[in-house]
Amino acid sequence: MAKKVKFLQGNEACVEGALMAGMTFYSGYPITPSTEIAELSAEKLPRIGGKFIQMEDEIAGIAAAIGASLTGAKAMTATSGPGFSLKQENIGYAALAEVPVVIVNVQRGGPSTGLPTAPGQGDLMQAMWGTHGDHPVICLTPDSVKETFDLTIRAFNLAEKYRTPVILLTDEITGHMREKIEIPDASEIEVYNRIKPNQGDEYKAYKVYDGDLVPKMADFGSGFRYHVTGLMHDETGFPSNSTKNAGVLMNRLMAKIEDNLDDLITYEEVEVADAEYLIVSYGGTARTAKAAIKTLRNEGIKVGLFRPITVWPFPEKQVAELSKKVKNILVAELNYGQMVREVERVVKGNCDVRHCGKANGEVLTPEELIRAFKEVL
Amino acid sequence: MNHPLAEGFFRMEKLPHIWCPGCGHGIIMASIARAIDKLGLDKDKVCIVSGIGCSSRAPGYMDFNTLHTTHGRALAFATGVKLANPELEVIVIAGDGDLSAIGGNHLIHAARRNIGLTTICFNNNIYGMTGGQYSPTTPTSEKGTTAPYGNIDKPFDITQLAIGAGATYAAKTTAYHVPQMDKLMEAAIAHKGFSLVEAISICPTYYGRKNKKGSAVDMMNFLKDSFIDHKVAEKLPPEKKEGKFLIGEFLNKVEPEYTEQYDKIIAQLKK
Amino acid sequence: MSKQLELRLSGSGGQGLITAGIILAEAALKDNKNAIQTQSYGPEARGGASKAEVIISETSIDFPKVTLPNMTLALTQIASDKYIKDITEDGTIIIDDSITLPAGVTAKNVYKVPIIKTAINEVGKEIVANIVALGLIVGLTGIVSRESLEAAIMARIPKGTEDLNRLALEKGYELAKQV
Repeated sequence: MAKKVKFLQGNEACVEGALMAGMTFYSGYPITPSTEIAELSAEKLPRIGGKFIQMEDEIAGIAAAIGASLTGAKAMTATSGPGFSLKQENIGYAALAEVPVVIVNVQRGGPSTGLPTAPGQGDLMQAMWGTHGDHPVICLTPDSVKETFDLTIRAFNLAEKYRTPVILLTDEITGHMREKIEIPDASEIEVYNRIKPNQGDEYKAYKVYDGDLVPKMADFGSGFRYHVTGLMHDETGFPSNSTKNAGVLMNRLMAKIEDNLDDLITYEEVEVADAEYLIVSYGGTARTAKAAIKTLRNEGIKVGLFRPITVWPFPEKQVAELSKKVKNILVAELNYGQMVREVERVVKGNCDVRHCGKANGEVLTPEELIRAFKEVL
Repeated sequence: MNHPLAEGFFRMEKLPHIWCPGCGHGIIMASIARAIDKLGLDKDKVCIVSGIGCSSRAPGYMDFNTLHTTHGRALAFATGVKLANPELEVIVIAGDGDLSAIGGNHLIHAARRNIGLTTICFNNNIYGMTGGQYSPTTPTSEKGTTAPYGNIDKPFDITQLAIGAGATYAAKTTAYHVPQMDKLMEAAIAHKGFSLVEAISICPTYYGRKNKKGSAVDMMNFLKDSFIDHKVAEKLPPEKKEGKFLIGEFLNKVEPEYTEQYDKIIAQLKK
Repeated sequence: MSKQLELRLSGSGGQGLITAGIILAEAALKDNKNAIQTQSYGPEARGGASKAEVIISETSIDFPKVTLPNMTLALTQIASDKYIKDITEDGTIIIDDSITLPAGVTAKNVYKVPIIKTAINEVGKEIVANIVALGLIVGLTGIVSRESLEAAIMARIPKGTEDLNRLALEKGYELAKQV
């Protein structure tokens, strides 16, 4: 089958991927540099009978997506820095109420309004810890236009499979650059749909039945009249003040992630087999690292790249293993040091860990990374 | 023996409710159930959405598709439910603080879109769940735990706010005026487009005690004596209207409904 | 650098330089090359100084941004003052003939070409200056094939403007012969 070759921005590829994954609902609020995702969704969704709505604010953007998901729609919202902050409460709601939804954050520079049209990677920790209370998090980070397409599909699939919000954490670099992408035929794409109860079966909305990973999810309006709440609830879905019950629920939610790390975690390794030095980088900045590694390898330096594609849960085991083989790990990211803390945590002193960061709205250039690397040497 | 309405529309095992003795909320909740019964709606196609607060616990007791969301956001969640599946009859239950303070932006925009949601505001003029703080509908100079010297804010008229924002149905009633409430509730749910019923409730525990309004019965008597239908009021001499608050149906008009408009775009694109 | 062209197109917002960058990159894809296009955004939608950057390569492209272009184009004085000084030693600078080259800027080749005048006087529309510029760049570098460039242009322009754009492209190629 002839593949469709397109020249797309990451933001456009995100929408193409979402549609391929079965997105039928988008709600959001305009914000740079994510707006193309809303614009393209507005154009394409009604053409397939789906729905787009521009809500009155960022909070409503995610709220409407969660509401739509409860009717059976595959729903997405996209935003950037300030909007991601505003959406946090309802990300926690979706996690506790176990409503599949995809949240895209095209990261921009700086805190507050910052640098709206420039890249940054300062939201990595927020993606994990942004909403209050412990909660499960799945967060994926692409480094190319094609991977934005692929990971958007994966984000929908994981949201449906694990009944949890999935964050696609991109950045202005991959969001706005245009690159070649071969769009596969729909028949080549694996699409996962949430498991629904059968009519007539006993149904407790939050009970995990034998053999299932998560509770079956009935569409609102399909004959199962159940209750959804952001309060701690028992397996019927109704609020419960029982601390014992709250513990059971929290354990179950966290175990969805902890027990399935192999399914959730993906990563890329470049030239790690004989590496004496390791660069850890992700998202758009990993492109800088790939270029730098080529130059350094040409100089005879044995350096490799570990690129987490799933950033949450963090590929802890993989980084720990590599840290036993290399002399040094340099973490390159567009912030003052976020992933580096996670790397330090999992390396447990096996090797030296350094940081190469930048947070002024510019990308990190290969030359800058090479300079930082040589300083470490 | 339970009332047949209770058996048909409530989750009996979830009752009794959490509301205080004398609270007006149960009366309003029952009126919603009677309206749904009267309209003969399919229970499986009714979705009740709420935010956070005393009134927002109502959906947990009601035997429909029920969604208890985050504080202030019920209308935003409900907009997603309705747009994704316009077949559903979506009713939003919200308190005065939930709807007009933290959720005020969603209220005006849902009204502006004229999306087919019915919003029932349980207005008790106070934040009850958190213990009696003043709300956007607490009258000026009345007290709350956060207005110990009297409230200096001006209150919202939620019904007029909805009308100003573009709602196509708006009515106000009280927990005392039950026959009127039942009619308005029914009309609001049957209405195509954004409808709002502001039901004045009573909170003897916080608002009543803070402001020396007496017992629940005294507060009910206040509703009875102080609120008159605006159509009746039109015919009364000025002295009989003094100090009275107007209730009844204030707006009922037909305008294009949002999800139908969206479906038209889909239909056009299919051609 | 012979295999990789790093090109910066600059001018004012609304001159269609981002579109030109996309067209050139799409033409490169048609030639089975790799290409990445990026742009910098200011708050202005129109006016100001805007730039689009394109990397075209025979091999895969890791770092997507242009740091030191080997070819730059400027259509306005403001853009020239802001964006033209970064250039490789063996690079090429192309400026509209309305522009005074900022002092101290040097490159192997500096071409001052009547791009906008050609668009106005010989094609009849200033708006197609971007297409004239594309003809000029491809005429000078041969970085993409003429068939692919024309096909890429035709796929991106509004219906009904095909002849206008074809003429603009021809005029660009003619300018390339003259420099």
